[in-house]
Amino acid sequence: MTSRFGILFSGLLVMTAELVFGQSGRVQGPREIEAGSAFSIPTTGSGKAALYILGPGQVLRRDIQLGETVRFAAGALYNAGHYLVVISGDSSTVSDSLDVMPGSRVTDLGFLAKPSRLQVGQRGGISGAVFAFDGYQNLYLNPAKVSFELSGPSGGLQKRELATREGSAWTEMDSTTRQGVAIFVARIGGVSSKRIIGQVPGDPCGLRMSARPLSEHVQLVTDPVRDCSGNAVPDGTIVTFTETHNGVTSTIDQPIKHGTAMAQMSATNGATFSVASGVVLGNQIRWGR
Amino acid sequence: MSKSLILLCLALAMSPCTGLAQVAVHLEPADLHGSRPVSEQTSAAVIRDYLQSWQSLRSAMEQNRADLLEPSFVGTARDKFAETVQQQAVLGIRTKYQDSSHDIQIIFYSPEGLSMELTDKVDYDVEVIDHDHIKTKQRISARYVVVMTPAEVRWRVRVLQGAPLRF
Repeated sequence: MTSRFGILFSGLLVMTAELVFGQSGRVQGPREIEAGSAFSIPTTGSGKAALYILGPGQVLRRDIQLGETVRFAAGALYNAGHYLVVISGDSSTVSDSLDVMPGSRVTDLGFLAKPSRLQVGQRGGISGAVFAFDGYQNLYLNPAKVSFELSGPSGGLQKRELATREGSAWTEMDSTTRQGVAIFVARIGGVSSKRIIGQVPGDPCGLRMSARPLSEHVQLVTDPVRDCSGNAVPDGTIVTFTETHNGVTSTIDQPIKHGTAMAQMSATNGATFSVASGVVLGNQIRWGR
Repeated sequence: MSKSLILLCLALAMSPCTGLAQVAVHLEPADLHGSRPVSEQTSAAVIRDYLQSWQSLRSAMEQNRADLLEPSFVGTARDKFAETVQQQAVLGIRTKYQDSSHDIQIIFYSPEGLSMELTDKVDYDVEVIDHDHIKTKQRISARYVVVMTPAEVRWRVRVLQGAPLRF
């Protein structure tokens, strides 16, 4: 008896739904729209109802008159995602899904470039990752052609072109051989994003000093200190001068000033002077006999 | 397979505090288009925090409290979901999202390690409550694209965007 009543009751509900909405449990209207575009949902039947469009990205509710077409203006539903569309009348509810797809154009780029500062001549030392977004900050999921360009201080240009996958793309570039500012640009269509990469000289290369007597001392002076690409190593970089005699060692740390470093050490006959900067060793000079 | 089991166990182990007991999690082998490999430890941390973000989303949407998004979401995702919470509150609507299964794949780990992208085929139930009246409860299968970024002590979701399964 109870189950028979249940079947009858269910049948009545379905009939009511069809009368009100003119279909069996489905909402008419588009299954898919572009973010921010205008769209409409036709309804059938009569009476008042509420129409909901719900998703984590957005919630809309309209009081509607069944039998009329509910129109949503451009910009009403703009966050891409999967939505539930529900029409709830006095006696029944129907629902369906609606996918809001990202806009058709990339209008914004999220561009991560690292590092912001590095030495010259580093192979693959600069990385860039880009995320493509439409005008509503939806991740643009269709493949889009992205170009990465790194221009160095001497005007040289490295360029890579590839396609985004699921909204993202990445590349690696070499730092150039000239110190100075490099400009790293990611571009999709007419949209670009720029990052500044500081390129500093590398470690000293071919470090070399000369010595000359100065009263009771010896004056040690380096040649202009440069990296292997010929960039001047910046002032302030420490150069270490070492004197060794009969197993006794003394050192002086001196910063580079105006491109060279200088130190005075005791002029002991038979002493050996050496020069280094960081892990880079320069020449040795034996003093006197 | 073993990764899936580990993660499922992880989800079950977290259940007393997070309510993830009935969530089935499957981790597909990574299909990376980045240069940086993902260590197992990193992968486990990202998945753990991602699953936690669904819990945060559920609580925020159910209670209409944007502050509950804070630990798990950042940037665009946080702003968009906070706006949804506000819209719900104004309309007198609450929504209950209960995820039941995830099929997750890591597809991108940026070279500098500052972003990771995942896809997730997720099954979840949505219950819509308007002024304390339950309007509908629906089972949904959708594909989500997720971008996560590392924060101080956890990974946070920057983008959580649904797409059709066919996409």
